[in-house]
Amino acid sequence: MGMECDKCGKPAKVHLTQLVGGKVKKVALCNECAGESGVTDPTGFALADMLLGPTGPAMTGAKGTGVTASTGSSSRVACPSCGFTLDDLKRVRRFGCGDCYSAFREEVVQMLRGMHKGVTHRGKVPDGLMEMHQRKLRLEELRGKLEQAVTSENYEEAASLRDEILSLEEKVSTTEGGQ
Amino acid sequence: MMRFTTLMKHPADWMIGKGVDNAIVLTSRIRLARNLAELPFPGWAKKGQRREALETLMPAVEGLSVMSKGFSKELDSLSSLQKQVMVERHLISREHAARGEGSAAVIERRQSVGIMVNEEDHLRMQSIRPGLDLRAAYDALSAVDDEVAERVHYAFDPELGYLTTCPTNLGTGMRGSAMLHLPALVLSDQIGQVLQAVSKIGLAVRGMFGEGSESLGNLFQISNQSTLGESEETILERLERVISQVSKHERDAREKLLEDDPEMVCDKIGRAYGLLRHAWIISSKEALNHLSLLRLGADLGFFDDDLVQVCDGLFMEIQPAHLQMHTGGKLSPEERDVIRAEIVRSRLQTLSPPDIGPIVKNTEEDDPPDLGIS
Repeated sequence: MGMECDKCGKPAKVHLTQLVGGKVKKVALCNECAGESGVTDPTGFALADMLLGPTGPAMTGAKGTGVTASTGSSSRVACPSCGFTLDDLKRVRRFGCGDCYSAFREEVVQMLRGMHKGVTHRGKVPDGLMEMHQRKLRLEELRGKLEQAVTSENYEEAASLRDEILSLEEKVSTTEGGQ
Repeated sequence: MMRFTTLMKHPADWMIGKGVDNAIVLTSRIRLARNLAELPFPGWAKKGQRREALETLMPAVEGLSVMSKGFSKELDSLSSLQKQVMVERHLISREHAARGEGSAAVIERRQSVGIMVNEEDHLRMQSIRPGLDLRAAYDALSAVDDEVAERVHYAFDPELGYLTTCPTNLGTGMRGSAMLHLPALVLSDQIGQVLQAVSKIGLAVRGMFGEGSESLGNLFQISNQSTLGESEETILERLERVISQVSKHERDAREKLLEDDPEMVCDKIGRAYGLLRHAWIISSKEALNHLSLLRLGADLGFFDDDLVQVCDGLFMEIQPAHLQMHTGGKLSPEERDVIRAEIVRSRLQTLSPPDIGPIVKNTEEDDPPDLGIS
């Protein structure tokens, strides 16, 4: 065969072909690297992650070196809620619990680059949260208007805006307290 | 609660597409991934925590209005064959079937809504509709999702949306997909181009059966890859638009094939008919590919319309676990090929030979064939 693993250079045992952005990409891996990248799990593995992701060989240039350099220092950091570590994240490219997304925010931002159409959620929000979210957005809007009203010395409008803000602030704090 | 045998006895409405145009788009499916805020995701949870998640979620899910008189089972109470059958029916995922303790499946009576508990995420909920109707599938599932959200506390972040085990599902947690039958695009060698165009827009395409790029039975699945940064509405709108376009290409290709090369079409469909009616040993690959041609023939007017339903039923029935359930025991691959041929022959027993007369005659008169297609 003579093919070498694209990650570590050992003899390659696993050969993958995938359509990424309309182009056929091929990767050869040894058994260990194949296991690590999760290729044995057909649903979870995306060749694109490997080729384009921040820890992939395409990004690191020289085989291997970039990967080891980035895993050295911070890999012991763990999620305070579930104990999942940065090492675990790099190994399985999945998270341990919802709080991991806050604990590893920096890595999340890196991982998300190029993965989706955007990095901010624009979809459905669970019911209770939705109301709260909308009230907060409305509050911001009203505060902006109030400032404008004050600068343009439109005190009548400012007064009614202030009343609306006060009642909304009350609602937000009671719902937040009630949770 | 419903028994396994009752669940399996009747094919779901979406499998046979009754009363819906499913000649090209067989089914539309929506999947939502959701997790509990207070417990680790299933893959990282300890045994006790997986149990805890199950005990929190089961009452919430079994109590859903849509699940009344439905099917509900913990996976380790099912045999591996039963789980495999459910995988072949797309009621649970392959990964889910591999998980034992602490995982469960709750399925609506008519199999149009299914919920997996403790799959890769705490909840994987799906809704399926026959034909192209992703909106209806989403609306139904979103209502189910709202009902669950009243009972449990989802892991959600205003910035990142619904938090999922794998970041590829983040945001909406939604994967919409459709299963398409594209024999004419394959026969006319246009499939590569079409699929490449689809994947360029950021949608994923894969064969329904077979490994890698191979697609048996000319069945393909198109789904969204991006789940974050756009609303469900936007994602579904794009998906439906692209799927309709592919579907239209297939429709055009079918008409053009008949016009340009009617002998080739008649030959393929006639051979598929003969082979399936008279084979005694047939592999899964051979059966799927010839059933695909019969299905095309039914749409082109060679056979009764009912044949489409028969073919769709057979796509399911000739898979390994279904064959073993049929005979009630383990089968070697050689035995499967024999049973498969037997089932196919019996289902097609009353099927008349393809009615190719009018089509060939029409082309001789140099008129476009009237196939009842508009």
